Amino acid sequence: MTHIAIAEQLDDSHEPGGFVTKYIWSQDHKVIAIQYAITAIFVGLIALVLSAIMRLQLGFPDSFSFIDPSSYLQFVTMHGMIMVIYLLTALLLGGFGNYLIPLMIGARDMVFPYLNMLSYWTYLLSVIVLICSFFVTGGPTGAGWTLYPPQAILQGTPGADKGIILMLVSLAIFIVAFTMGGLNYVTTIFQARAKGMTLMRMPLTLWGILTATILGLLAFPALLVSAIMMLFDMLLATSFFMPAIVSLGDNLAYTGGSPILFQHLFWFFGHPEVYIVALPAFGMVSDVIATHARKNIFGYRMMVWAIVAIGGLSFVVWAHHMYVSGMNPYFGFFFATTTLIIAIPTALKVYNWVLTLWRGNIHLTVPMLFAIGFIFTFTHGGLTGLWLGNVVVDLPLSDTYFVVAHFHMVMGVSPVMVLFAAIYHWYPKITGRYFHQGMGKFHFWLTFLGTYAIYLPMHYLGFLGVPRRYFAIGDSNFIPDSAQTLNASITVSAIIVGIVQLIFIYNVIWSLKYGKKAPANPWGATSLEWQTPDTPPKHGNWGAKLPVVHRWAYDFSVPGAESDFIPQNMTDSEVTWVSGQPPQDREKT
Amino acid sequence: MAIFTGLREKPWLSQTPDLASAANNSATRNPGKTALKFFLAVVSMLFFLFIITFLSRTQFADFQALTGKPWLPLENSTQLWINTGYILLASVCFQISSAFKQVNYPTKLLMITLAIVFSVLFVFGQLGVWQTLAADGYLINTNPANSFFYLLTGLHVIHLLGGVLALLRLLFRLALTTNHQQFDANLKLVTFYWHYLIIVWLVLFALLTSSTETFKTIAQLCGF
Repeated sequence: MTHIAIAEQLDDSHEPGGFVTKYIWSQDHKVIAIQYAITAIFVGLIALVLSAIMRLQLGFPDSFSFIDPSSYLQFVTMHGMIMVIYLLTALLLGGFGNYLIPLMIGARDMVFPYLNMLSYWTYLLSVIVLICSFFVTGGPTGAGWTLYPPQAILQGTPGADKGIILMLVSLAIFIVAFTMGGLNYVTTIFQARAKGMTLMRMPLTLWGILTATILGLLAFPALLVSAIMMLFDMLLATSFFMPAIVSLGDNLAYTGGSPILFQHLFWFFGHPEVYIVALPAFGMVSDVIATHARKNIFGYRMMVWAIVAIGGLSFVVWAHHMYVSGMNPYFGFFFATTTLIIAIPTALKVYNWVLTLWRGNIHLTVPMLFAIGFIFTFTHGGLTGLWLGNVVVDLPLSDTYFVVAHFHMVMGVSPVMVLFAAIYHWYPKITGRYFHQGMGKFHFWLTFLGTYAIYLPMHYLGFLGVPRRYFAIGDSNFIPDSAQTLNASITVSAIIVGIVQLIFIYNVIWSLKYGKKAPANPWGATSLEWQTPDTPPKHGNWGAKLPVVHRWAYDFSVPGAESDFIPQNMTDSEVTWVSGQPPQDREKT
Repeated sequence: MAIFTGLREKPWLSQTPDLASAANNSATRNPGKTALKFFLAVVSMLFFLFIITFLSRTQFADFQALTGKPWLPLENSTQLWINTGYILLASVCFQISSAFKQVNYPTKLLMITLAIVFSVLFVFGQLGVWQTLAADGYLINTNPANSFFYLLTGLHVIHLLGGVLALLRLLFRLALTTNHQQFDANLKLVTFYWHYLIIVWLVLFALLTSSTETFKTIAQLCGF
């Protein structure tokens, strides 16, 4: 069966009937995408509140009786885990992956719609299990998002009874959900592309999603392995990771397991996870920048190669998270080198985004503002990554606020900036209405400047040596009192930025009803999702006939063409040329 | 490799798209096969990581291999060999049912049934080994070697049972339709999966019944 035949199939088997099959047990990729997005944003808001509570304690110590050292650690842990896995991974791949893949490749749906539906419901189950841990005795785990043994499962750590079990089980369920979704995304991209859509004609968004999904498929097993083995250690008293240990005066039954083994497994997942989040963001921001600068993306092939190279390299840098765990110096040298090498394709991408903007016809729309904001925050976070990638620089800075500032800039703020850019960019296609521009711009400026007000001072706190994860700094000789003033100002900024996100949520909901009606292709974009016969696209996406692709996704401002963009499904003869016919030299370029 | 040729394409050049060749790229593929390949990559990664962890753990002082000395339980691995025979037979049955065009449907179904029976026998055989080990005092938490034995064989059995479930679903769907072509295509995938499970089992079998000296050599080769 050829992929064309698969794509052409008008599969009526999951045509939605009533409300339930249309919005709840739906097998339509667009509905599943929205379900993923709503669930992810919902848990993301919980994590946002947790971070606000943490900041209240740090900014104004001992002012709030409901935060004690144990609950503080629990908030830190849950904030990190939710943001990285249940929000970012789920929203970027489950949400945008689901929505955009079939539309951008010109397919009617994912190749396995039922599996797709199952993927969402399994994800929801993992979220429910995770949230349950807030309500069990002892509360959620407070082991830090890395869940390092032995402390993660030893008495004395918050949530060491039930919280940690629920966390590990929830992660295992999430991985099952991701694998179901991921197999679907990859298979759909490889098998169901429309006629003429070669891999190199795909928008960069798809390259980002494809590579990130493959990374996820290969990296999440490492987390699953460590979760299973830690559950065994906890429930069956095996000693995979648990060393011989004396806890609270008792000799525990464990014999010489290796906690470092866990760290290797965890970071073999953990580092690719950074790119599972970053690569879709790289892809989407490229498309937003090209569309709103009315210019083809600079160095498309290099951009694709860079995505693939980053994906490959991301598997050989994991131990840079473990310099302080102690390792063979040659190991440290190897991992520092690979870490610095990964900066090359990454920097190449940043240059290409900037060069795309150069002499572009830049429209400072809300998505574009967020995209440009991303270039700033990502460069910033990426550069501090170069510092931390060196063993000698990492050792004194490890476990300080410098690291917190670094990873929040690079994989917290940056992907979130792209998520906002993407939501604003695709909102008119998803809902058929414009969002409110004024609220969007207000949201951008306060978020962008606010995140700098939060994270820039954190670098300085890190230099001072303020340790991360601490409930309170207390008295120390090396930390000046002014650090506390800085902490208070960071907290105020964080609360403001947190509240501003409510404006975004309000904007999304308000515009659903009151937003101005949007045309099918309001930004003048070239990729296929903007060429659907209906906006928002209906079930089956393309009406009676599938699109045929005649060009790449970046034909903006083509010399000689009347319009400043040529959609991918338009032939040369359908284009209106200023001179009445295509320029002669066009064939030779 | 077509993918590398594809990556050199210059999509910005204005060209008459060779639609036929673009379509032909995947003319012989089907989505089930692609999905299975990626799924097996995921499963391979899972077992690979477990095996690496296992090999690394063998070099700790408290690790006591299950073979190597006459009194150790897996020194006599007859039952494991019998189990290997079961899973091999299951695979052979699948191969007969899916590879030969002249096999008629009743024979095909008979072969599939036999394959399921052999697979279930394999599972019970593995459970038997577990019971023998437990009865001899080799519990899951008494030594890391035991822990890995239960964990890895258990994981392998779960994958096999998953395959059986998928197969039962296929048979159920076959009963509802007359579309034999789709069933045959899927049966090929199931056969492939069983062959894959044999390879995984053989690797696990070899590793789990290795002696301390073998582990030491492997670890030295791997640089642990």
